Amino acid sequence: MTTQTKKNEILYFALRNIKLRIGVSILLFFILLTFIGPLITPYDPYDFVTSGAFPPSGEYWLGTTTFGEDVFTQVVYGLRATFIVGIVGGGLGTLLGLMIGFVAGYWGGIVDEILNMFTNIILVIPTLAVLLIIAAYLKVRGIFVESLFIGFTCWPWAARAVRAQTFSLRSRDFVDMARISGVKPLKIIFSEIAPNMMSYLLLVFILQFGGAILTAATLDFIGLGPTNTISLGLMMNMAVLWSALILGSWWWFVPPGLAITAIVGALYITNVGLDEIFNPKLREM
Amino acid sequence: MPGNPIDILISRAGLRGSAVQTMYDYYMGVFGLDMPIWKQYLNFWTSLFQGDLGISIYLFPTPVTDVIMKAVPYDLALLIPSVLLSWIVGNNFGAFAARSKRLDNTLLPFSYILSATPYMWLGILLAWAFCIVFRIFPLAGGYSFAMRPNLSFAFIGSLFSHWVLPFLSLFIVQLGGWAIGMRNMIIYELEADYSNYLKALGAPNKLIRKYAFNNGILPQITGLALKLGEVVAGALATEVVFAYPGIGYLILQAIHNEDYFLLQGCFLFIIIGVLMANFIIDIVYLLVDPRMRAGMQGETA
Repeated sequence: MTTQTKKNEILYFALRNIKLRIGVSILLFFILLTFIGPLITPYDPYDFVTSGAFPPSGEYWLGTTTFGEDVFTQVVYGLRATFIVGIVGGGLGTLLGLMIGFVAGYWGGIVDEILNMFTNIILVIPTLAVLLIIAAYLKVRGIFVESLFIGFTCWPWAARAVRAQTFSLRSRDFVDMARISGVKPLKIIFSEIAPNMMSYLLLVFILQFGGAILTAATLDFIGLGPTNTISLGLMMNMAVLWSALILGSWWWFVPPGLAITAIVGALYITNVGLDEIFNPKLREM
Repeated sequence: MPGNPIDILISRAGLRGSAVQTMYDYYMGVFGLDMPIWKQYLNFWTSLFQGDLGISIYLFPTPVTDVIMKAVPYDLALLIPSVLLSWIVGNNFGAFAARSKRLDNTLLPFSYILSATPYMWLGILLAWAFCIVFRIFPLAGGYSFAMRPNLSFAFIGSLFSHWVLPFLSLFIVQLGGWAIGMRNMIIYELEADYSNYLKALGAPNKLIRKYAFNNGILPQITGLALKLGEVVAGALATEVVFAYPGIGYLILQAIHNEDYFLLQGCFLFIIIGVLMANFIIDIVYLLVDPRMRAGMQGETA
């Protein structure tokens, strides 16, 4: 009964929250485009459909590149890579952050000291420099490999945040109660502590998702992205490399960047909206 | 790294016949690549401690340290002003926007969009707008290709006009994050007990906000230390857009030429640089926070 009303309350505020509505609709639009796009475009991303760069027209919705590839097709297929990086990289980052945060926060003591030192070291090292080196050593790179590496380097702040939250929950009465009744530590973490910070974990995942997308875009742009597929960062890389700037073919580099900005921006705005829903203090009345 | 950089060097020289083998052996000897791996590794560490990072393959025969030293001033000129200015402006902006309904609703979404923008995309857009469409600023390089470095007004002017756009794209993207962070801090501080107490005493709003700002700025200093890695990454991408001769551009060249001495050097340099900046920020934090200062002097806070 109480959970029912609580759910309704969250739903009520979720539907009323304008930030959430805007963010989620933009995200849904791009997700739909990712799935429907490849069906409505007759070309493949690297097909030469015409000769040379043409501005957007009825036939080529977003114009064509210098080589005569269809920009719309490339964006649609690139979106798929973007979402894969977000889900795999962001998901892995969140998962690692959770594990390390929970363990450090719950056990405390020497385990915490070691894990915290490790986290701080990784946190300070510029991850992109590490990714650059790794990517440079791998000759053939797929989108999954890229996502994995991003996931392995983007967890530290999540670990710190989760650790702090776990610390504050660890000494609550209900956790003590479970401990006294002999529940195993792992079970305490997953059935007592984690559910109490579920909303927080969702926010962490959303931020990691956006961060992974931005990191991947930077890597792709430097030319260290996937070698076997198209991605939005790769499109910008090609556009700059083949002087789309000087030729004035703006339709080549504007759409991919705009898509990334819109997706990540929508994620951030969704995040603020969700924060307002979960945290009544922040709600605008 | 797979592939052999020596092959690239030799193919660039366009040698043929027996000269290839001779040059190959010569280069292998110069770079110390004819030794067993473990010895190469030991050599790497001994020369590293002597401040020697090896010889660049891409710019043979310049030592890596020289190549990097030539690039670093450009990086510092980009990073230091953009980081500091955007931090100051962003914080003041955020403090100003907090708790005023209209500003909050217009500036906040804008700030979120800014912080979601990839550095290089903003760079590309700026380059397109100001270099191609309006033709105000030059597109590529650290100074005009028609000039040699010298100490004249014309040269400094050229340096400046090449610097503006990369600086702007770094500055603008960072701005959003600081504004959002400071706004949240101010809202939080305005709800704290001391703010309510001041309000009850009838203190002017301006004074309360000043105290809130002073308290809110401390986490932002820590934030600065944490953000540095990301900003450096952004600077690398921005330098690639503008072909600006800093470390980012060097890394790109090093990767294309499989110049792993240079790549290693840049990597080490970035990490040491970021660590040093973190150290400086820690010291600044100590100076700014009176509680920490008191603790250091052995007083009880």
